[in-house]
Amino acid sequence: MATKVHMEALSPTMEEGQIVSWLKSEGDEVSNGDVLAEIETDKATMELVARGEGVLRKILVEEGGTAPVGDVIAVIGDEDEDISGLVDGDEAPDEDEEEPEKAADDEADEEEPEVEEEPEVEEEPEAAPEKADAPAAADEERIKASPLARRLAAEEGLELSALEGSGPGGRIVKRDVEKAVEEGVPEAAEAPEVPAFEPAAEEDYEDVPLSQMRKTIAKRLVESIGPVPHFFLTVDVDMTRMVEARSRVNARLESEGVKVSYNDIILKATAMALKKHPECNAHWGGDHVRRFNRVHLGVAVAIDDGLITPVIRDAHLKGLAHIAQEVRELAGRARDKKLKPEEYTGSTFSVSNLGMFGIEEFTAVINPPEAGILAVGGLEERPVVVDGELDVRTRMKITMSCDHRVIDGAQGSRFLQTLTSILEEPLVALV
Amino acid sequence: MPEITYREALNQALAEEMERDDSVFLMGEEVAEYDGAYKVSKGLLDRFGPQRVVDTPISELGFAGLGVGAAMTGLRPIVEFMTFNFSILALDQVINSAAKMYYMTGGQIPIPMVFRGPTGAALQLSAQHSQACETWYVHAPGVKLVTPGTPADAKGLLKASIRDDDPVAFMEGELLYNLKGEVPDPDDGDFVIPLGKADVKREGADVSLITHGKMVNLALQVAGKLEKEDVDVEVVDLRTLRPLDVDAILASVRKTNRAVYLEEGWPYAGIGSQIVATIQEEAFDYLDAPVLRVTQADVPMPYAKNLEKLAKPDADRVVAACNRVLYRD
Repeated sequence: MATKVHMEALSPTMEEGQIVSWLKSEGDEVSNGDVLAEIETDKATMELVARGEGVLRKILVEEGGTAPVGDVIAVIGDEDEDISGLVDGDEAPDEDEEEPEKAADDEADEEEPEVEEEPEVEEEPEAAPEKADAPAAADEERIKASPLARRLAAEEGLELSALEGSGPGGRIVKRDVEKAVEEGVPEAAEAPEVPAFEPAAEEDYEDVPLSQMRKTIAKRLVESIGPVPHFFLTVDVDMTRMVEARSRVNARLESEGVKVSYNDIILKATAMALKKHPECNAHWGGDHVRRFNRVHLGVAVAIDDGLITPVIRDAHLKGLAHIAQEVRELAGRARDKKLKPEEYTGSTFSVSNLGMFGIEEFTAVINPPEAGILAVGGLEERPVVVDGELDVRTRMKITMSCDHRVIDGAQGSRFLQTLTSILEEPLVALV
Repeated sequence: MPEITYREALNQALAEEMERDDSVFLMGEEVAEYDGAYKVSKGLLDRFGPQRVVDTPISELGFAGLGVGAAMTGLRPIVEFMTFNFSILALDQVINSAAKMYYMTGGQIPIPMVFRGPTGAALQLSAQHSQACETWYVHAPGVKLVTPGTPADAKGLLKASIRDDDPVAFMEGELLYNLKGEVPDPDDGDFVIPLGKADVKREGADVSLITHGKMVNLALQVAGKLEKEDVDVEVVDLRTLRPLDVDAILASVRKTNRAVYLEEGWPYAGIGSQIVATIQEEAFDYLDAPVLRVTQADVPMPYAKNLEKLAKPDADRVVAACNRVLYRD
């Protein structure tokens, strides 16, 4: 039975994939589940597995080649099967493939069922939303709305997909937007930039409905500064004691082969502070704010051609040595592009550190739907006034970017106070 | 304000302008001895003499050309067509001579003349004599087109047209001549309405019913009907179709978010097509519904009374169009 091998959506946001290597050659036997190829997605290098059995008859996209999600990149079939109907021409990625097949082989009525592709419903669920973007599906998926309704919805910050259209053919018109503004939108319309993931269990977070004031703050600020209204808070932290503490800790851990970096310390302290300030450990959900009880920290890691944020899960529960080891391990695999999607999604807050590049301070861009990110600068010995005396201290600047729809200035400041107190007095961590 | 007929308003305008400027003269079929086929020029022969009120042979192309020639020499001719249906014969003079002379002489020779007469269907005059001729005149750059729908507009706009230095087609309506309305008293000063300015005949919030000429009266009738159903119709009378008052159209559409164009003519490349194009180009984000048109049916006007009624735009069709753009149907 001939089976088409499609380029699958191997990450939630993948639109096309590049064939890094074929692990099977034309003529090789293939069983269901065999790894056929390594595919480089927008995030990582992933394995593409066979969803049919037989012989790899034809490779349509060579190593190094790129194909959009849904395109046929190879054909698996019986050794002597006629696959010309599957190989000729560029077929659309949708299911309308019966017709060209018929045309290709008029008399082969009996064979027809055999050339049916493996039903796509068997593919992993992540693939589904990507398929919806295929050209054939586009018209059905298109949201019909009057130009005015589109403009009003945009002004109100409403997703058209969350609105019900009362016009002809379900067209969303002015009165539908007005109704939604008056009565609220029935269901959360997930903003397009929100990565598709569900954090653990329901009791791990609390959804806070938006007050009218919060709705207004959200609406006004988005109008002012863009979809994620950033504001920035900077603290100058005295790290002198932490420097001493770190050298003692590392001396102790040397025998175990573990070395704690300043970044690890900052991650641990951030997780502790977030645990105390859940209002900052939160996501913007369009019609609510989701505050998490657990802290999953995204750590920005620079890789050759970009950056990725692997996630330290439950960072608030993990010890410094544990965090240090995990960061090392995840960052290593990130650079090799071997991270699995679940290892770089689901963070509740992020930290970016450019101190090692000699950056004194900077601002980081929030990774939606998270509500905050810390931008950590380098440690530096600086003259400061302590108790009226000039002293040389080791200082470090941290700038927090806040999504103003979720976090207000005072809330972000209180979180930074807590963070600063932990970093300035390592003993606080024990309290 | 005195109430006079549309016919009397035109007569006043002609007389006042001929009085004011002796380069103004009127010519056409039966405009002099017979006082005009529709009595618009009543009394003018007696008042201004045969030099300035001139009967012509039944030869539209010929006397339209005479008019263009007279305008080239500096006179201000008013050429009356018994109806614009007959002026189709004269279109070569209108489009190839009157409209282009100023351009082709590098601005040396303006053509300050008026072509006037009724347009559109009256009653049972059949296919050749029941045509709305606006599109033919408005298509070529170089001719202005004025279509008054009320006695006051008829007077004020005709006076402005006669004074204008470009050729102006001034389209009246057989069924309008007896329409009565308030027109400022001539003793209260010169009453002139500038060309190119639309007039909101009725303010409204829900839908813009945009129209011109005779249909203004149907539009007002529909607005009254829909008012009883709590629909607030704004009636915008364009009055001049070239130059077009784009600002007035857009201001109304931006307010109501919906528009219907009502005209007597055919739909294909009709006046409404131009208005719809303008609205969607300039006010796209303000539209809550497609702009609809109510026009004559896309057929030659039938002679049979029942079929003629079906072919013409009527109140029911305008109400239905308004309801559709309001999503009330």
